[in-house]
Amino acid sequence: MRSAFAVEAAGVSVRFGRTVALADVGIRVREGETHALVGRNGAGKSTLVSVLTGMRVPDAGDVRFFGVPAPPVADRAAWRARVSCVYQRSTVVPDLSVAENLFLNRQGAVVRWSRLRRRAAELLEQYDVAVSPDARVADLTVEQRQLVEIARALSTGARLIVLDEPTAQLDGPAIERLFERMRSLRAGGVAFLFISHHLQEVYEVCQTVTVYRDARHVVTARVADLPEPGLIEAMTGDPGGLAVPGASGRGAVGEEVLAVRELSGEAFADVSLTVRAGEVVGLAGSASSGKHQLAETVYGLRRASAGSVTVLGVPVKDVPSALRAGVGCVPRDRHHQGLVLNLSVAENARLSVLDRVVRRTALHRAGRAAITSFDIKADGPAQPVSDLSGGNQQKVVLARALAADPAVLVLINPTAGVDVKSKESLLGVVDARAREGTAAVVVSDELDDLRVCDRVLVLFHGRVVREFGRGWSDQELIAAVEGMGR
Amino acid sequence: MTGRLGRYQHLALVPAIVVLLVVGAVVSPIFLTADNLVAVLQQQSELSLLVLGQALILIVGKMDLSLESTIGIAPALAIALVIPAASNGLGVELGAWTAIPVCLLVGALVGGLNGLLILKLGLSGFMVTLGMLTMLRGLQEALTKGQTLFDVPASFLYLGAATWLGLPAAVWICVLLFAAGIAALSYLRVGRALYAVGGNKEAALAAGIRVDRVVWAVLVIGGVLAAVAGILMTGRLGTVAVTQGDGMIFKVFAAAVIGGISLQGGRGTLFGALSGVLLLGLVENILRLLSVSGFYINASYGAVIIVALVVTRFATGKAQE
Repeated sequence: MRSAFAVEAAGVSVRFGRTVALADVGIRVREGETHALVGRNGAGKSTLVSVLTGMRVPDAGDVRFFGVPAPPVADRAAWRARVSCVYQRSTVVPDLSVAENLFLNRQGAVVRWSRLRRRAAELLEQYDVAVSPDARVADLTVEQRQLVEIARALSTGARLIVLDEPTAQLDGPAIERLFERMRSLRAGGVAFLFISHHLQEVYEVCQTVTVYRDARHVVTARVADLPEPGLIEAMTGDPGGLAVPGASGRGAVGEEVLAVRELSGEAFADVSLTVRAGEVVGLAGSASSGKHQLAETVYGLRRASAGSVTVLGVPVKDVPSALRAGVGCVPRDRHHQGLVLNLSVAENARLSVLDRVVRRTALHRAGRAAITSFDIKADGPAQPVSDLSGGNQQKVVLARALAADPAVLVLINPTAGVDVKSKESLLGVVDARAREGTAAVVVSDELDDLRVCDRVLVLFHGRVVREFGRGWSDQELIAAVEGMGR
Repeated sequence: MTGRLGRYQHLALVPAIVVLLVVGAVVSPIFLTADNLVAVLQQQSELSLLVLGQALILIVGKMDLSLESTIGIAPALAIALVIPAASNGLGVELGAWTAIPVCLLVGALVGGLNGLLILKLGLSGFMVTLGMLTMLRGLQEALTKGQTLFDVPASFLYLGAATWLGLPAAVWICVLLFAAGIAALSYLRVGRALYAVGGNKEAALAAGIRVDRVVWAVLVIGGVLAAVAGILMTGRLGTVAVTQGDGMIFKVFAAAVIGGISLQGGRGTLFGALSGVLLLGLVENILRLLSVSGFYINASYGAVIIVALVVTRFATGKAQE
């Protein structure tokens, strides 16, 4: 019998060895509903996604689409007709064209290239994605690639679409366009399962929310019936909202530590700024504002085309000179630039400490110290970081950035893909360091990250257009980021 | 800009081949004769089939070192089952018609066994096929007691020795197989799936491609192509030596990589791989026509491969790993 639920899972359990990833959980997504699934890292969201998309057979439990039992896992075509998904990890083939990626394994037994390109162009136009169907996916920006994946998921004709953190790489207008498309598809009866760490997005686009915590189902409720403090309480198990430290309690700042003079480089031009000891400076702006490139130039990863960066008078030219000058960094992408996933917590935490002989006992002592002082949830210093959740991996990155007692700490998207609790402790560390006299630069789109800053500089198209002191309002800052109200 | 250049990347070696043709014509009057060029093509036909197989395997992100022993043991076993003990056979004396099917079957079985070990047991492809290479080479020695096999049935020699329409049959076979491969990889969904599997396995899985099945099929095809190469080589030489194919795998990889096939998987075309084979064949021919001393010919050959890699690196602007 056809039911009104696009997907209905009950009693689903999944274990990985001794770890329970999902313990007897369920979820029901009604036809034409956008259903949020939220929870801290490690709550089991991604495991549920793999069960609902047929990538993993649960150890126990039952999955039905419109009342019909799920097809066998081997029948990929049947799964794809029922559910399509934008996975958290990129599922495009970098060396193939955009057109071919959009219709991967759907090209028809004999590929007719002109027709494929035409259909791809139509699809891209329909979803307002400004890329050429002939472009190689490897040459796209992260945002364009994400949009291609979203367009592909929306184009399969499936009545259930799973979006696993689709907005993590997108800026404001792109997120708005995505939501607009989701609303119009929803009006046509398409159901969405929407996973995000941004709770305001849940309130903006979803009707129902399900919370998982520690592999268990906690609550399912109408969004309207569960205001934000209640939602956060369900996620963390603690009453109360997010307690992000603000800059207000901190004392006066000291001498000038970081000096950036008339710096130009890829995607930004003629930027000057100084950061004093004990001061936290935020850099805000959209994905195309050049803020990441600026920050990466400050810690030596990119070369400047003009201008200079000095730390306590010592010039920074490349990463080793930045480390010597006393710059610690939390890079943009922890998987690619931040961590060696196979190495242990201790080794990763000490990776950037130069010119020291590695002694095993000292290494483990340092690893244990990092685990306690940064509140890292790990079995011990010898555990590989690949076993840790996103939030705890990010704490390891931060521990490493601070391992050599830097004079300047540069943090890029420090809380991206990190749960509420980890966010609090990561930002708490930044605040504590600032109190001890470290200068810090925080690059982020997230207002919570910027609250810890004494000043926030807003970049727009590669130039600093506004500067805010401590008392900025959300609306003012967002307007400046979007290039309005100058 | 990379997009436009990228589209013609598989033609990157064509200018180099033209240059070699001009150089060859200048250094030797014999070079541009039909006999010489046909001989180059025939000599490269066996290598080119191994490169075809290896290119397919590399595109799906695996590698198979054992191709160079399959080219020896597949015909050796097939013939040993046919010829009498007096010609170093096994004394089973099956009908001569069985030789070609058995040879192809051995190739398929070697590929299938590699696939079993790599896919089902999750072993390293490099180590599995290295072991297979050594084991098969040793088995061939044991099978033939180190002797060369004579009295190969005429039906088995035919393909490697015949001439069709003025060109060796071996050349026609290579052209046809490459044409089929190029068409399949350009215009068939299953062919495009090879690039998806080698380029991003998870994306291929999510798109519903049966990744293991594709890889397994490609390994079997690689083994069969090596067996076909073995038939052509046996036909050209008339006998099967214990060392048949020895050392070829090095040239196979060189030709594939010079031809733009990525060792990381998911990148490169069969046309590029074929032009890599032709490039190496012409270089070898020119070195011989220049009568470079036999002592130096391997060294010069190796040096040319390194130079070709460096040139390709700058021409395509991509690191090869």
